Amino acid sequence: MAATIALRPCGDFKTSYGSDQTVFPTRLSLAFCVAGVLALCLAPMFLGKYGLSLLVQMGYLGIAALGLNILVGFTGQISIGHAVFFGFGAFSSAFISNKLNVPVFFAIPLAGLATTAVGLLFGVPAARLKGLYLAIATLAAQFILQDFFARAGWFTGGVAGSPAKSFSVFGHEISGDQHYFYVVLAYVVVMYLAATNLMRTRDGRALVAIRDHYLSAEMMGINLTKYRTLSFGIAAFYAGIGGALYAHYLGFVSIEGFDILFSIQFLAMVIIGGLGSIMGSLMGTAFMVMLPEAMSGLAKMLSGSAIDRLLSLKEGIVFLREMTIGAVIVLFLIFEPDGLAHRWRRIRAYWKLYPFSH
Amino acid sequence: MTVDATLLLQLVVNGLIVGALYGVVAMCFVLIYKASQVVNFAQGEFMLIGAWACWWLLVKFQLPFFASFLITLAFMMAFGLILQVIVLKPLIGEPIISVIMVTIGLSIFFQALMKWMFGVSAQPFPPIFATPDVNLLGLQVKTVYVMSTMISIGIMGGFAWFFKYSRMGLAMRATAFDQQVAQSLGISVRQVFALAWGISAMVSALAGVVVGVVNGVSPALSFFGIKVFPAVILGGLDSIVGAVVGGVVIGLLENLAHYADSQWLRWGNLYEIAPFYALILILMIRPNGLFGTKDIERV
Repeated sequence: MAATIALRPCGDFKTSYGSDQTVFPTRLSLAFCVAGVLALCLAPMFLGKYGLSLLVQMGYLGIAALGLNILVGFTGQISIGHAVFFGFGAFSSAFISNKLNVPVFFAIPLAGLATTAVGLLFGVPAARLKGLYLAIATLAAQFILQDFFARAGWFTGGVAGSPAKSFSVFGHEISGDQHYFYVVLAYVVVMYLAATNLMRTRDGRALVAIRDHYLSAEMMGINLTKYRTLSFGIAAFYAGIGGALYAHYLGFVSIEGFDILFSIQFLAMVIIGGLGSIMGSLMGTAFMVMLPEAMSGLAKMLSGSAIDRLLSLKEGIVFLREMTIGAVIVLFLIFEPDGLAHRWRRIRAYWKLYPFSH
Repeated sequence: MTVDATLLLQLVVNGLIVGALYGVVAMCFVLIYKASQVVNFAQGEFMLIGAWACWWLLVKFQLPFFASFLITLAFMMAFGLILQVIVLKPLIGEPIISVIMVTIGLSIFFQALMKWMFGVSAQPFPPIFATPDVNLLGLQVKTVYVMSTMISIGIMGGFAWFFKYSRMGLAMRATAFDQQVAQSLGISVRQVFALAWGISAMVSALAGVVVGVVNGVSPALSFFGIKVFPAVILGGLDSIVGAVVGGVVIGLLENLAHYADSQWLRWGNLYEIAPFYALILILMIRPNGLFGTKDIERV
């Protein structure tokens, strides 16, 4: 048996559905996954406060991005209002834990459910139609909910914003980046495993079938309305969980920031990472979190030089970042529509067959 | 519960003027959708770029208004053509959501570029008309408003002529009707696609300049591109007439919402949000709009 593990065939020679659907094709890939999570568990010991805050950001944004990927990448629907659902999750978790005195431990999943309900409110009329119409309905949701945040003082605290309690388990308070990191990590692992498994079930494959050819899918007995709505609900749920984690990380939710630009950033994460790839969502999120860091690093490097004086980088850095997001979306869709995840598979395939790659 | 007649009349006139502009931009949006089945989220940015270009020529080079206006139109025509050839042509045949996302990417790219180049604050156009007000049926109306409405109506007439009588317009309609048949009749579909983008960018820029002359140029201009969605969904995504009607109705609705808000409700900000509530309602009741074709399958 050892030989068959060492020498893997160079193409797809799977002989059963089981082996096609498996999460970890080899024992080594399972080992890598576990080792990766364990390495992340040790991260707080080595990384400074700053590095850790970046990782936490990747965590909660990555969960929300995965939700969007299930909608866009797996079901072929599109949402331009993901940020307001993220925001709604943040506010409802703060609301549930502050006003209703529910422990934060339960408030986070409850916030996810509340966001699902709101998402369905907007999704149900549109999910019955083609992807294009969902895009336009979510655009409306973006502006309506943003307006709601500013208006509903009882819920969001209005212009002042809303404080959010820190995370606690059975009365033990978990505060500080070092400890909160583990909470986010646990959520990331659970949510990503859940999504991976969802895609192996009948429901998950139904979503992919709808994306690939909705007419054939319908003829195979898939209820389009049900699954499109379901997919939208799942996306909103993931956004809500991500938002709730964000709220309890910062300890404060402001009504600003959940604008359309943020929604487009989520889209960018999904596109860069790879539409229809679960780990791709995480890669894309990491890319988008590191992008501003790289940009400010670049600006610092160039400061004082001729280019800096010509373009006045210091004032323009915010706009430059937005431009990069836009450019990256366009360039990835034209040149690498399958995203970083695809690139990663290619690199792996190259090394798997290293001396005889061609 | 008194009705303030002067304010109401003022707002209705306002609504008609703004609505006509929405109608023009919506028409440009529908033109692209009909010709190449692309939902263009960067329509507002076309307006923004055109307005800034015209402003720049006027203020920095001190060109007369008419000259800079014409240069802007030529530039935007070229811009639309080049954009189609470089960015959108490689995407022909890709799934519709990829194309939508590309236009979203373009929109945010150009918006940020404009903010970077010209700043975020509103810049007024230098005054163009000698007399700021004209008397129209006993109402004092700003000259720029009269101009804006006349230009809007002019564009609509121009579109009607273009699609009804000109060779290229007929070719465009044929392509929108059936691409393969049009191609077999010797119409270059490639040219039609590029030209649709060129014309759309040019006419949007025209509308952008008009709004700029009235309100000054600012990044907020690109919000027109988003307000277009309620208008086109109301009118029907693939109907030029529908776009005009939808634009005017949304413009009126906005201003009536503003009236209701300021007189009775006092919610604030209803002006901005009302079109989006209308959008959700239309999607629920009649997603193909007033004049759209009914090939949208409901599932």
